[in-house]
Amino acid sequence: MRRSGSSLAALLPLLWLAVFFAFPFMLVAKLSLSDAALAMPPYTPRIDWSLGLAGLRASFSDLDGETYTRLTKDGLYIAAYLSSLRLAGIGTAILLLIGYPIAYGISRCPPSLRLALVMAVILPFWTSFLIRIYAWIAILKPAGVLNTALHALGLPAVDILNTETAVLLGLVYAYLPFMVLPLYAVLERQDDRLIEAAQDLGATPLSAFWRITFPLSLPGAAAGALLCFIPMAGEFVIPDLLGGSETLMLGRVIWTEFFANRDWPAASAVAIVLLATLVIPILVLERQQARVLR
Amino acid sequence: MNARPQIGGIRSSFAPWEDPAARPLVRFEGVSKTFGDTVAVKHVDLAIYEREFFALLGPSGCGKTTLMRILAGFETPDAGRIVLGDQDLSAEPPHRRPVHMMFQSYALFPHLNVAQNIGFGLRRQGVPKAEVASRIEEMLALVKLEGLGRRRPDQLSGGQQQRVALARAIAPRPRILLLDEPMAALDKKLRDETQFELMALQQDLGLTFMIVTHDQDEAMVLADRIAVMRDGEIVQIGRPADVYETPVDRYVAGFIGDVNLFEGRMEAAGDGRVRLHATEGVFEADGIATPGNTGWLAIRPEKITVHSQRPPPGGNQLAGRLLDYGYLGDWTTYLVEIAPGRTVRAARANATRTDDQPLGCDDPVWLTFAPSSAVMLTK
Repeated sequence: MRRSGSSLAALLPLLWLAVFFAFPFMLVAKLSLSDAALAMPPYTPRIDWSLGLAGLRASFSDLDGETYTRLTKDGLYIAAYLSSLRLAGIGTAILLLIGYPIAYGISRCPPSLRLALVMAVILPFWTSFLIRIYAWIAILKPAGVLNTALHALGLPAVDILNTETAVLLGLVYAYLPFMVLPLYAVLERQDDRLIEAAQDLGATPLSAFWRITFPLSLPGAAAGALLCFIPMAGEFVIPDLLGGSETLMLGRVIWTEFFANRDWPAASAVAIVLLATLVIPILVLERQQARVLR
Repeated sequence: MNARPQIGGIRSSFAPWEDPAARPLVRFEGVSKTFGDTVAVKHVDLAIYEREFFALLGPSGCGKTTLMRILAGFETPDAGRIVLGDQDLSAEPPHRRPVHMMFQSYALFPHLNVAQNIGFGLRRQGVPKAEVASRIEEMLALVKLEGLGRRRPDQLSGGQQQRVALARAIAPRPRILLLDEPMAALDKKLRDETQFELMALQQDLGLTFMIVTHDQDEAMVLADRIAVMRDGEIVQIGRPADVYETPVDRYVAGFIGDVNLFEGRMEAAGDGRVRLHATEGVFEADGIATPGNTGWLAIRPEKITVHSQRPPPGGNQLAGRLLDYGYLGDWTTYLVEIAPGRTVRAARANATRTDDQPLGCDDPVWLTFAPSSAVMLTK
């Protein structure tokens, strides 16, 4: 009885994954192996259900990897791919550098203050994501808040809207909570006695931090990095609003292929390549954790 | 204080605190510490000598842990200072004090293996790598954990973790080792074994130990001297037998072991004795009387003899009814009602397997005790 109950509990998330991930994923994978066509929907082959199983087989035999070969030959896709990974990578590095001190600072505060500070980190979520990114346009535009302030201080104006800098700024701003929260979770849990023990054994406060606090917080850093890197690499809204036409990111490429070029197979292939790339860091992390456990 | 030879024998002639020429290793001088409204430590003066096993004993919240943490450097005293040898430790941060602590929770570093944990203090001291390795092996052998150097702390049993914590604290050779409730997490059998190992270790290495405990048995077994604490103050310092047989007040008498107390008016009885006029009767005990003042006669259960027949009159005597008894194997304890609602505890070692005159509940009994077995307390 208990056994069947627990297997049912395991079945539910699996069912969820099957319906909302595996099935759509297979549709997208199949789409990526099709060819674009001027039709509705705009791809071939389509399954001719009137022929039954034979139709299914016929449509599958027409699938090929031609779209993928096209992707590797077109410099635009490769450039977008590399710049997506680069921006997500730089963004993650900056987030680690900013997020770690914030999370560490909060975890060192008296407990009564900690909750308020964590709330302060989460608070921006209460406003629509889109509005917050739009607000950055108002800040960064040539006659925006930033330049008005710089002018008042007698400093030269900067024109960073529609540049990679603006995209990075937006990425770091939007994803900071996703870096701070997992880091805070591990740092807050850490036993203060460990630091005392390290100092008792002759470690200076700085050395105790590097030898004890920091290595023990790495799982949180890895979780935060994954939580930020993966969605940032596929981010569409931020590069679209803040990056202008010169910023190439895969999220925008997918959007353009789907809606502007109506090339569904190309969009699907780009999505599949992005997904495959993002699975790698997850696997690396999992292997590392398995090693720690062993 | 006590002219008669001490009970329990004397383990060794080790008693530097009785030698006026001996210089203490650690001195607490007028140390006080307040947290908010609560006074944790009140003007404590204390001297601990080289190679001594010193116990701070008291209930939780009595300030014993704070006193230890002040010595380790984790708390800064509001007043007073701590001197180690010739060095005033007051301004020294924890990492510069040659004092190491074994934490109650062990506080082993979870991401380091056993050998790295033990070597942590040595590495911080800048001991050469080769020597660190050999010292780690030495420590592993000392705490009987050979071959487990590469394990992680969470792969060890509680008893093994405790040994790693001990080895880690001893490895850098502290001037004094602080042990915060070191046995609290162990089960009773393991605790008994570990106590004797700890004593042997301390003797063999010639180290100075200071232990904090709320367990009076642990303090009695382990320590050369015990300091009994209450509300941030040290009430009595002495050898285990001094503290047990000659408590300074009712608090110490009651905290260490069981005790029966009789309250009454004191009167000098001559020959170093005091006569006490209590509601339960008139008793005599060792001590110096302050005639007319209220005093308390303290008598331990095992020093009371239980009789099933009325003994010849004279001496300290009480009559009553056996209310209950508990057979503990090595001991039998008796609860005797000497007046309605007034009970006295007595205990007897079961030196023989059978009893000629077995006592049953509700049997009339008589209790006697020698004046020299009782102590007169004035506070």
